[in-house]
Amino acid sequence: MKKIRTAAAVLLAALALPACSTANPMGTSTSSASTDSVVVGSANFPENELLADIYAGALKAKGVTVTTKLNIGSRETYVPALKSGEINVLPEYTGSFALYLNKAADVADEAKALASLKAGLPDTLTALDPSKAQDKDSVAVTAETAAKYNLKAIGDLAPVASQLVLGGPPEWPSRANGVPGLASVYGVTFKEFKPLDVAGPLTVTALKNGQVQAANLFTTDPAIKANKFVVLDDPKSLFGAQNVIPVVTKAKASPTVTAALNAVSAKLDTDTLATLVTKVVVDKADAATVANDWLKANGLA
Amino acid sequence: MSWFLGHLGLVASLLATHAYLAVVPLILGLALALPLGWLARRVPALYTPLVAVTGLLYTIPSLALFILMPLVLGTLTLDPVNVIVALTVYTVALLVRTVADGLGAVPETVLQAATAMGIGRVRRFFTVELPLAVPVISAGLRVAAVSNVSIVSVAALIGVSQLGSLFTDGFARDFLDPIVVGILASLLLALALDAAISGLTRLATPWLTVRRAT
Amino acid sequence: MNLLWAYLSDPAHWQGGAGIPARLGQHLAYSGVTLLIAAAIGVPLGLWIGHTGRGRLLVVNLVNGMRSVPTLGLLFVAVLVIGPRLQGDLAFLAPAIFVLVVLAVPPILAGAYAGVDEVDPQARDAARAMGMTSAQVLFGVELPCALPLLFGGLRSAALQVVATATIAASVSVGGLGRLLIDGQATRDYGQMAAGALLVALLALAVDLAFALVQRLVVSPGLAPARRRAPQIPEPAAQAA
Repeated sequence: MKKIRTAAAVLLAALALPACSTANPMGTSTSSASTDSVVVGSANFPENELLADIYAGALKAKGVTVTTKLNIGSRETYVPALKSGEINVLPEYTGSFALYLNKAADVADEAKALASLKAGLPDTLTALDPSKAQDKDSVAVTAETAAKYNLKAIGDLAPVASQLVLGGPPEWPSRANGVPGLASVYGVTFKEFKPLDVAGPLTVTALKNGQVQAANLFTTDPAIKANKFVVLDDPKSLFGAQNVIPVVTKAKASPTVTAALNAVSAKLDTDTLATLVTKVVVDKADAATVANDWLKANGLA
Repeated sequence: MSWFLGHLGLVASLLATHAYLAVVPLILGLALALPLGWLARRVPALYTPLVAVTGLLYTIPSLALFILMPLVLGTLTLDPVNVIVALTVYTVALLVRTVADGLGAVPETVLQAATAMGIGRVRRFFTVELPLAVPVISAGLRVAAVSNVSIVSVAALIGVSQLGSLFTDGFARDFLDPIVVGILASLLLALALDAAISGLTRLATPWLTVRRAT
Repeated sequence: MNLLWAYLSDPAHWQGGAGIPARLGQHLAYSGVTLLIAAAIGVPLGLWIGHTGRGRLLVVNLVNGMRSVPTLGLLFVAVLVIGPRLQGDLAFLAPAIFVLVVLAVPPILAGAYAGVDEVDPQARDAARAMGMTSAQVLFGVELPCALPLLFGGLRSAALQVVATATIAASVSVGGLGRLLIDGQATRDYGQMAAGALLVALLALAVDLAFALVQRLVVSPGLAPARRRAPQIPEPAAQAA
């Protein structure tokens, strides 16, 4: 028994020690660049994880101490962490985030989306420079469905939607530019909504095998080209402009951090992003490796 | 497997975090289950309600417990403490009944002999009852250890980084390799914990080993 | 707490294809199908292994091994491998049921095997002495005597299936798990708490139902097995 008790006591002490040294993410940052420390977070889909890795790599190259907390969850899950300071940097999309913060935001074009986002951000957060790269939500259908109902734009779904099933992430029915947006802007109401994943393999499989006839996919998704899906046009800009933009805790937006992230935004465009995402999702390369290779090739690391 | 060989460092660090998240609740859970189990034995009227309540705790889905924990504890959403507390709840739920039954399996004659020898109640508990209950408690602890390893992986759905992250990452990219490596690593971890607890039990019950040797 | 009651008291949540009764029905359906399939595999196999004594090592190691498989990982592998080959809803449902069955078979197998194994050898000898054939011994004597432990295995498997079926929602399957996954995606604590509560209540109800059936089916002559004996959470652990 004695052996057990001492062993247990030692184990407990050894395991309790790390708990004593929890880094405080809300600690004040000093003005000196080399002692900046940030926590970079990401949403739960590969492109966002890749972007977070890019930001993390760029910051590390400038001497910032970076911890990453990737694949956190949907916006509803990580925004509280962003607001509380648990995460300090996150790659966001101007239009979507603006709509999340204010359901009535105007995100029709790049300038409006950016302005709406900046207006809607809480005091503790700030948005840096947006990049030219855009990844928009979309409603996609298979080539067969598009041919069958003669679909080119989202509005074309209005007469037939009541016979069709829509698939998307579980949070879509409550998002302003999700299911309610389709109804209010285009008059499109589907027979049923099937909660799948965040434009991931479940959504692609469901669209391919006919479980859903229309699905929410991201415009940079390599699966669209690979499966000959048709992305329906969005002339009324329901999904708005979705420029990739770093959202940062104001207290952590030091000159070093700001410069590093703005440099990334300057070099990122849609085609580049799509290519990088393809490397990660189709070629199964590591997000971190792809990120670092790109940073090096562009002189950012 | 080439993916595994190219990502040894990643798998190792995820394994370490996973082990931490699975083992700490075991220790905390055991520490909490011992007094509760003892209470269930000491006050017979409490046995059924205690066992029933803890049994009910075990049926709460792990995902729910992980997400609701910050509300209950007031911790931040991404704090791994949420996972540790949730798993401690499950461990306690599994072990209370085991501890109670283990203590109950100690023959009455042994207890009476100890009292007859002049050993006081408290000393009797620590030097006679508990050691004799160790085999039963340890069997329950092994089940808890293995079950904890499996439940921790579910925390990947809320972004806690451990072996389960290999599952969500592989799934999002339609990539089997990380998922398979994650499953194998979890199995190995469970096996290692099981063996470790068996080993510790053998150390704690030398009288059983002696009997087998003769 | 208020969020929980707010969610449960909203009548909109009790109607339609995504309402609570629908989810409950789906959950019961998946669990039921899983148990039927798992029992169809586990009971005959366990009885046979216990009766003939062959494959004993397989049972012990299999049961211990399966307990440690991470359900989420297995589920994702199943969906990625099996999903693309199927059409419609089955693409996600079949892999989910497959994984649930795989996890439910070991406790049932162990219960059936342990039940037959623990049959009093004197009863077996007496039966053979009376001239019963091997099959008659199995079905006339061993099976009825094995019922308590067999039911223990079924009950344990049932609880496990009901609890694990919630994770299946992460691959778009229905059931009460949907309340958890959808609630998590939208940070609707009321919905998540409701899901957790309902699963716990369902598990309780299933356990009670099994207890009732056990009382009806098991012969009163068999003592209610070892109530005061040490109970490891699954019958399988006693073989460990």
